[in-house]
Amino acid sequence: MTASRSLVPAFRFLALSVLMGFLLISRIYASAQDHTQLNAASDSVSTPQSEAESHKAEGKFNAGEMILEHVVDNHEWHVAEIGSLHLTIPLPIILLYDGRIYTFCSSRFHNESGSYLGFKLEKEGPHKGKIIRIGSQGESAESIPVYDFSITKIVLAIFISTFLLILIFVSVANSFKRNRNKAPSGLQSLLEPLIIFIRDDVAKSSIGEKKYEKFMPFLLTVFFFIFFNNLFGLIPFFPGGANVTGNIAVTLVMAVFTFVITTISGNKHYWIDIINTPGVPWWLKFPVPLMPVVEIIGIITKPFVLMIRLFANITAGHIIVLGFVSLIFIFGAISAALGVGVSVVSVAFMLFMNLLELLVAFIQAYVFTLLSALYFGLATTEPEHH
Amino acid sequence: MELITPGLGLVFWMTLAFLLLVYVLGKFAWKPILQMLKERETSIHEALSSASKAREEMKQLQFSNEQLLQEAKNERDALMNEARKVRDRLIEEARVKATEEASRIVEGAKASIQNEKMAAITELKNQIAESSLNLAKFILKRELSDPKKQEEYVQELLKEVKFN
Repeated sequence: MTASRSLVPAFRFLALSVLMGFLLISRIYASAQDHTQLNAASDSVSTPQSEAESHKAEGKFNAGEMILEHVVDNHEWHVAEIGSLHLTIPLPIILLYDGRIYTFCSSRFHNESGSYLGFKLEKEGPHKGKIIRIGSQGESAESIPVYDFSITKIVLAIFISTFLLILIFVSVANSFKRNRNKAPSGLQSLLEPLIIFIRDDVAKSSIGEKKYEKFMPFLLTVFFFIFFNNLFGLIPFFPGGANVTGNIAVTLVMAVFTFVITTISGNKHYWIDIINTPGVPWWLKFPVPLMPVVEIIGIITKPFVLMIRLFANITAGHIIVLGFVSLIFIFGAISAALGVGVSVVSVAFMLFMNLLELLVAFIQAYVFTLLSALYFGLATTEPEHH
Repeated sequence: MELITPGLGLVFWMTLAFLLLVYVLGKFAWKPILQMLKERETSIHEALSSASKAREEMKQLQFSNEQLLQEAKNERDALMNEARKVRDRLIEEARVKATEEASRIVEGAKASIQNEKMAAITELKNQIAESSLNLAKFILKRELSDPKKQEEYVQELLKEVKFN
């Protein structure tokens, strides 16, 4: 009786994971199918896709390109392909060029020349995915840089997650007000342990009882933003699926915030320790200021490592999952039976990777928050009085 | 290369969105949530400490109750003892009084008996004297003629008369 009861949620979870895995496969499989169709009949009824065109040249499934396209940012959000029907959300393009702002829909690029108002979305070469200015004859004119402030796939994903986070936590705050001095209920009881965990085990233990409070809004926001987007990135279809925390610009901004807050809140003791590091022989400081230089570099490397760690971990996870998916098509191209055989192994490995990524989603959010808190703690610590 | 080159637009929008998120959540979520958590923790702390205080007071109360009970018992015992003593004393006094009274009565009775006896003796003496006189008168009347017989007769009479 108890055994069967405990098996039910496990089975549900397994079924959900397998379903997600198949959805991911079917999505990519559809795109692979579509590419071959496009190759066979170039009089495409549907609007030509940047993704499709890039594959056209090779005419074969290119795993490396497919993976990279799913990991990096995009000017439109490709939701699904059913046969030859593309479900793509066109996103607004906002360009700052020569002191003027140009705004138009990304679907404008879907024409013969692939350009609009003298701007072209590059699909090949070193500037792939970038918008460049072209001359009247179609040659690239790079004299004045094009500043691209488009609402891209990842920007939209950031907006969606920002909106959802505000919705979730404001409602949790309301339920806190409703259950004043009472036991938590609903979503509140799910998130309260995490909030308490960040407060007690991250902020209080790293920064100290006295000063932790002013860093709490940043630490909680960073933790839940990373955690939420890590989880959302694991969902293979729209609103999820965007590699937000695996994008270096996103991690850069968060690391810069940590750096700025650390630098602003650094007290006298912190700066003295950097310039005149205690416990180090004097000859490492005096004729050649070796230690101070190392310490000053350290100020920059700390947030830099934060940026790289989160980006690399999340992107690597996505690449591995997509790699397992690609294996099916690579082997499928050799022989259909081989593809079916490999798919069993691939799905098993993807399931394992997805479970691992669930763990990584939490660990990376925790590590980023913990290290930020440690840096704040270092910056605000008072000299010990003996 | 695109993978590790942060896009300008993305950095701009991320900064904007993140600042907004920190501001909005900080003001409408984290501040009330952390405040409520703190409030609840202090209220739980207070409730626990007051509960332990109440328990302590309860213990104190129980102890004093027991003490009170013990005292009451002791007092009752003391009262009982006192009562018993009083009773004994009263009985003793009554007994002594009764004995005294009795002896006094007996004494009185003895004295009156003595008096009566003395009166009776006096009366008897008087009577004897009277009867002796009568006897003497009688003897004198009869036997004065014969002195020997007189003597005999007196002797005889004297034998009969005994003084108590």
